[in-house]
Amino acid sequence: MTGNLATSSPTTHPTCVLVGNPNCGKTTIFNALTGLRHKVSNYPGVTVERKEGICFSPRGDRIKLIDLPGAYSLNARSPDEAILRDILLGRRSDTPRPDRVLCVLDASNLERNLYLATQIIELGIPTIVIVNMIDLAENQRLKIDFAALQKLLGCPVIPLQANTKKGLVELKFALAQEHLPPPAPIEIRLPSELNEALSDACRQLEPPADESPGLTRSWDPGTFCLLSQGENESLGINEELTGKLTRLRRELEAQIPNWEEQTISARYRWIRKGCRSAVRHPETQQTTLTDRLDAVFLHPLWGWLTVVFCLSVLFYLIFSIADGPMSWIETGFSAAGKRVEATLPAGDLRDLIVDGVIAGIGGVVIFLPQILILFFFIGLMEDTGYMARLAFIMDRLMSRVGLNGKSFLPLLSSYACAVPGVMATRTIENPKDRLITILVLPLASCSARLPVYLLMIAAMIPTEQVSAFVKAGIMVSMYLLGTFGAFVFAWVFNRSLAKRESTAMVLELPSYKTPSFRKIFLFLWERTGIFVRRAGTIILGISILLWAASNYPKSDSPDNAVQLQHSVAGQVGQVIEPLIAPLGYDWKIGIGLLASFAAREVFVSTMTIVYQVESEDEVEIRVLRDRLLTETKPDGSLRYTPLVCLSLMVFYVFAMQCMSTLAIVKRETNSWKWPLFQLGYLTLAAYVAALSVFQVGSLFGY
Amino acid sequence: MNLADLKPGSTAIVASLASHGADLYRLREMGVLPGSEVKLVRFAPLGDPLEIALGGTRLSLRRQEAELIEIHPPK
Repeated sequence: MTGNLATSSPTTHPTCVLVGNPNCGKTTIFNALTGLRHKVSNYPGVTVERKEGICFSPRGDRIKLIDLPGAYSLNARSPDEAILRDILLGRRSDTPRPDRVLCVLDASNLERNLYLATQIIELGIPTIVIVNMIDLAENQRLKIDFAALQKLLGCPVIPLQANTKKGLVELKFALAQEHLPPPAPIEIRLPSELNEALSDACRQLEPPADESPGLTRSWDPGTFCLLSQGENESLGINEELTGKLTRLRRELEAQIPNWEEQTISARYRWIRKGCRSAVRHPETQQTTLTDRLDAVFLHPLWGWLTVVFCLSVLFYLIFSIADGPMSWIETGFSAAGKRVEATLPAGDLRDLIVDGVIAGIGGVVIFLPQILILFFFIGLMEDTGYMARLAFIMDRLMSRVGLNGKSFLPLLSSYACAVPGVMATRTIENPKDRLITILVLPLASCSARLPVYLLMIAAMIPTEQVSAFVKAGIMVSMYLLGTFGAFVFAWVFNRSLAKRESTAMVLELPSYKTPSFRKIFLFLWERTGIFVRRAGTIILGISILLWAASNYPKSDSPDNAVQLQHSVAGQVGQVIEPLIAPLGYDWKIGIGLLASFAAREVFVSTMTIVYQVESEDEVEIRVLRDRLLTETKPDGSLRYTPLVCLSLMVFYVFAMQCMSTLAIVKRETNSWKWPLFQLGYLTLAAYVAALSVFQVGSLFGY
Repeated sequence: MNLADLKPGSTAIVASLASHGADLYRLREMGVLPGSEVKLVRFAPLGDPLEIALGGTRLSLRRQEAELIEIHPPK
């Protein structure tokens, strides 16, 4: 489907953008108009997602449709909103100024939605206003006079119910209209003193100080407000002008301290006056379905029970249902590997295909069942509106370490797998909170650590006499250690990365909605595509590199263990031995650490090669454990003392031994800076923690 | 009296918003302005944040911010 996009030239088809508040049903409209004919990418340089699709007018003409980030105001206070503002002002080189704006309003919430809408209408781009979710308004007995609204706003107004496609045909006809005039200007009266001061400021900026796109038209108070309030970082205009704007803004602030508040109040006065004629509220406040549901879901007791129930279902699904497909994928890929082994002659090419490419692709695909289940669940919670409630309940807990309620679900997901956890941080609006959440997610003990923990606990307590409770206790303490680490580092990063002052944590609790499975399916399709295409290429590359590192240079010995020792990985393992010796490890463990960068569970299979344990198919932990217990140091004492096992486990609690997480963090932060920082700090933390465990333990004679 | 002093379920008119401290623009742009009618719906199970309703909007904000919003005591 993306092929269509590639061949369409952007100049010949009109560009239409979808804008609106968060939760106004914008995505549902985008899906209804474009279906699968869309692609998701990142805006260059920022982590804001760009969604672009093709839709057809009733006559069959192509229209390019861009879904812009949801926002409450054009006065940008986040990178998302800055993108919206800059595209609408025509200030981004990657996106031409749109020919048409589809401005979506939530019918049950007109006043607040009109705040953004009036700002957009003032820009003078031909605009169509969509009043979406009219069913919700009808349920609340709100009577909207669409003709009056159309007159008030000076542009076409279309009632729509996007989830049932009611009104979609009318929308398409409006979209296809050849000559849509720009909306009539809206006269919002500012207090005269402020008006004077603003005009004055604009006069000082004339003539347009530079050729920055979007600034060639003359300055008016509206543009001045947009560019001088809020987020200034991504202005992208020359320094002289930025300096001038900042100076004028400061002067204005000195003259009229609350001028920004006055502009907001004036706009709301206009909206509220207009709404008096266009919207009729019921005499008595209706108790809505949302009110009744919230009485349960946010109840001090039932609320907690609901949270626990939802999360139990989620984890049950992940650990029971995902298990089947994951083992099918594993068998499927190993069967494919065997097939290739049988058909191709032995040699490097065959090894590359089997151990590098097929194993690499398998390493990507193996995550899909967990990702699909987690994202189905996340999509469901988002679409019904429950996600915001979960954040509301959890906010207090997360705020203790400087995060907010929205970090809770990504963090929890990471106990299954950090990859979907990182992808789920999209819902965190505050960029700083989002980054910190991503940085600490790998500390949640994911399921790939289990095999390592199990092997080490088995080696630590080989006797059957010790009760299973002790073993379980050790396991649980590893999970607690990781969780503790995540909170500590979140706290530290919150202190050290806090460059800008904290903004008020305001979260909208949208009305509950019946979930749209079509929307959730599209969401799954999109996320899976991102993971397979973006992260997949990086994962495949790293796994081929790791394969090469453990297979080259070639030794003459047919023995796998000797070959591994001879390889780059083996040699590096021996080189780093002095470095890891204080942790209680030798070079053989070093090879395991290096190889398990692919994924943590690879440690176990690497150890079977290192110690030549013959167990081809299922890695029998007991066999490997017995072998580990006979391994001795050069002085004859045992290598795998309980302390070394503990030190290794602690190392794995902290270390970011996972190329898939690295790859997805790269995609989600749009740079190599943060994944590499994460790899660095987690490896350092792992080293220090394991070192302390071993050294302190040795001091006490263990 | 500020917004966090309200009893759950009661309604009041906003008198003023602190101009300093936390960034309250977002709240203003969402309609929490002097003269707006705001209802405190409930506190979260852990006592913070709190849910307010104004017009058709339900918002969650932290106590820390709610304390910056002065209200006229309800009748």
